[in-house]
Amino acid sequence: MKRAGFTNPWLPILLLVPQLSIIAVFFYWPAAWAIQSSFYLQDPFGFGSTYVGAENYTDIAESTEYRKVAWFTVYFTAIVTFLSLSIALLLAVKADNVLRGAKTYRTLLMWVYAIAPPVAGFLGIMFFDQSHGPLTRFFGFFGWDFKLGVDYFDTATAMIIVAVWKQIPVNFIFFLSGLQSIPRAVREAALIDNGSGFRRFWDVTFPLLAPTAFFLLIINITYAMFDTFGIIDTMMKGEPGANPMTLVYKVYIDGFRGNDLGGSSAQSVILMVLVLVLTIFQFRLIERRIHYT
Amino acid sequence: MAQVLLEGIHKVYPNGFEAVQTCSFTIQDGEFVVLVGPSGCGKSTLLRMIAGLEEITEGTLSIGDRVVNDVDPADRNIAMVFQNYALYPHMTVAKNMGYGLKNRGISKAAIEAKVREAADMLNLSDYLDRRPSQLSGGQRQRVAMGRAIVRQPDLFLFDEPLSNLDAKLRNQMRIEVRALQRRLGTTAVYVTHDQVEAMTMADRIIVLNGGRIEQIGTPKEIYNTPASTFVASFMGAPPMNVLNATVSDQQVTLDAGLELPVSAPAASSGPILVGIRPEDLTLGEGTTPFDVQIVEELGAQRLLHGTLGGQAFSVNVNKDHEAGTGTIPVGINPGAVHFFSREDGFRI
Repeated sequence: MKRAGFTNPWLPILLLVPQLSIIAVFFYWPAAWAIQSSFYLQDPFGFGSTYVGAENYTDIAESTEYRKVAWFTVYFTAIVTFLSLSIALLLAVKADNVLRGAKTYRTLLMWVYAIAPPVAGFLGIMFFDQSHGPLTRFFGFFGWDFKLGVDYFDTATAMIIVAVWKQIPVNFIFFLSGLQSIPRAVREAALIDNGSGFRRFWDVTFPLLAPTAFFLLIINITYAMFDTFGIIDTMMKGEPGANPMTLVYKVYIDGFRGNDLGGSSAQSVILMVLVLVLTIFQFRLIERRIHYT
Repeated sequence: MAQVLLEGIHKVYPNGFEAVQTCSFTIQDGEFVVLVGPSGCGKSTLLRMIAGLEEITEGTLSIGDRVVNDVDPADRNIAMVFQNYALYPHMTVAKNMGYGLKNRGISKAAIEAKVREAADMLNLSDYLDRRPSQLSGGQRQRVAMGRAIVRQPDLFLFDEPLSNLDAKLRNQMRIEVRALQRRLGTTAVYVTHDQVEAMTMADRIIVLNGGRIEQIGTPKEIYNTPASTFVASFMGAPPMNVLNATVSDQQVTLDAGLELPVSAPAASSGPILVGIRPEDLTLGEGTTPFDVQIVEELGAQRLLHGTLGGQAFSVNVNKDHEAGTGTIPVGINPGAVHFFSREDGFRI
């Protein structure tokens, strides 16, 4: 990389100020505030707060409710990530073989990406509507009495389906461009070296897609854990009761519905640490080994 | 090892573009055949059809005594070396070379032995554990060669394998590739647009132009008796001088009125093209005036560019032959003059 030379030491700092101030105002300041308030018990009506030490954290550690949500988040993230990556990869591999109509196909698929999460959630509600949702009827055809917003498992299934559906286009575009950046000659060399298309894919194509796949893995984990908020919020129709939710949604529910700002802050701090670990994992452990050039 | 037989091979792309016109030829067992021509002449398409990477529109292709039109590339027992090497970037040198064998169910030990042997042959033994990105261009080229060798194929296919190398390395690799092919005795088809590679490496050259075979012959035949003005000007650097002229009673007169001291074949008359190689001329002899405008120093030779009877003309002289600009008489070796039809450019 080229190093830029600055004669005035203040100039680079000046150039960095806008970005740094945005990060400071929108991340460091709220983060610091969350850490601080996670050690206090907030009065629900805003009349002061009491220092409680690590009590908010110990409460979380002992809460079976929290553990249940945490496990759901793990399953939800794993399933959404796996399905959205594998379906998108399958679609991309198929689209890569097609020359005609590929552009139209790509555009059509990309439209889904432009849908806002709450709208996607709302579409999900319509599809899984108790009385006339087409997917409810479809499941009913197999004898599955689908009850969105009532049955824990059914609601979770619907959330996963909508979350996966929403994420496939992004993954698809990345996979497709990844596939198309594999040199044609390398594929042809593989064609001469190996007669089995299946083996060729796993021996040559997939390893060359690995940098893309890893990048998408991180993006998808982040998506499933944090960006599915809108979908979850819409699909449980404001009734968190017995419905499944992710950790991020629980932060919102406990903080703004339950007015437990201290406990909610402690939960956010835990999530922050999780993101930090994920980032370190991304940069330190895998990214280094997965690039070939 | 095998002979390759092409019968009425024809390639038309779905968009209607005719890449290769119907052609037939045989490549003998152990022969090194070079397909040469300008870009877009169909040479790569022809090679890719032999490899099975491109479908054959019409005709029959046999390798050995087996018709392979519908045989998968992996089952044709061929090996191909690509222009940009096409190595697997995520595999080590050893794995790159052994990958094709692994898929044929050959034992690990046998693969390792073969890879080692090929690596020895190509001076790659110290690099077996490296990734392609850690190698120089010449080394990558060798790995690509190694990958082809270890398979012990019936047929080597080369698609401009040296064009990404610098000039010095290219000359060296040219000799290495040729020597290797001789040693192994494997039939080879080599595609290039470089006439020097074609001349130096080939047992036989196939010159292609616009999807059509212009001429098939040994390098000597191609050079000494080019079948058309295209072959004449494509093969040889500097290219052959081709002049517009008219013949009457075997007397050749350039279009500007200058008479050449050569006699045309008895069958020819009317407008024709006269071809003379720059090195088949002697300066300071004869009576034909050559107007020299530019002198190019090439070290061993001197290349004089100018006009003869108003048409562009070049003469190649030895380094110890003094030459300057201005008009100078030039002697033409009558035995080295080629005559072509002005209508279709073919040899008369």
